[in-house]
Amino acid sequence: MTFESAVFYFFSAILLGSAAMVVTIRNSVKSALFLVLAFVSAACLWMLLRAEFLAIVLVLVYVGAVMVLFLFVVMMIDVNMAVLRQGFGEYLPIGGLVAVLMVVEIALAVSPRQLGPTRIAASLVHAPPLHMSNTRALGVLLYTTYVYPFEIAAVILLVAIIAAIALTMRRRPDTKYQDPARQVEVRARDRVRLVKMPTEPKA
Amino acid sequence: MVSLSQYLILAAALFAIGVVGVFLNRKNLVVLLMAIELILLAVNLNFVAFSHFLWGMSGQVFVFFILTVAAAESAIGLAILIVLFRNRRTINVDDFDTLKG
Repeated sequence: MTFESAVFYFFSAILLGSAAMVVTIRNSVKSALFLVLAFVSAACLWMLLRAEFLAIVLVLVYVGAVMVLFLFVVMMIDVNMAVLRQGFGEYLPIGGLVAVLMVVEIALAVSPRQLGPTRIAASLVHAPPLHMSNTRALGVLLYTTYVYPFEIAAVILLVAIIAAIALTMRRRPDTKYQDPARQVEVRARDRVRLVKMPTEPKA
Repeated sequence: MVSLSQYLILAAALFAIGVVGVFLNRKNLVVLLMAIELILLAVNLNFVAFSHFLWGMSGQVFVFFILTVAAAESAIGLAILIVLFRNRRTINVDDFDTLKG
């Protein structure tokens, strides 16, 4: 066994084990933490596939942002886990059957006999190796060929920001805040009353 | 030497675990969202593996966009979850069966 396959099996085992823990463990906080472990080991596998930029992005964006958001939400809401665990094993037989069938079918379709080194090499167009880093190659593609989808992705993120804020923002009735429209509408005579009165002589 | 089919079978197993997660946690909305993240991770692993073994960068560009959309999806999903919890004091999927305002 070469060093590369040893690393592959090591991180694959961690990935599958932590993924199994994510869906079976009782505590949602631990489940989120196991999902972090799954993402990190997936990032290591992507490193093995020489996709360094995406591996770092996976750790930064997923572990750093999305999973922290998950943890915030899990800790913020106070739920009765006993109710949520009712009927947990109820669908285990059918779910396990579906999962095993799915893995067997896909494994038959992508077995080494179908997609092994010899079969792939025969159908490969031998592209010259890139003479630049993975990040640079990805950047060149993103800002030339895929610049329009890239802009759309930015708009999607903007929509997500606005939607998340608009959904969760609430106006408490007792909060004091300014209403600029009403401030502008105010006329001087509503607020100040000028009274004419005779001057009083000095004593 | 690790072959393409090994990566694809790994991704298939990860995808299946995600699907089992949807089957098992039919009530807990948070873990349902996490199972969806696992499924997306399996798909991304497939893309990166094909990109590496077929010497094309397009797969990695696609993974980039999937990551973007998945981040947006989970942000909005969690926001909806917060709003639901605020109104119903529960995240049990079975309790969200009244479609009225």
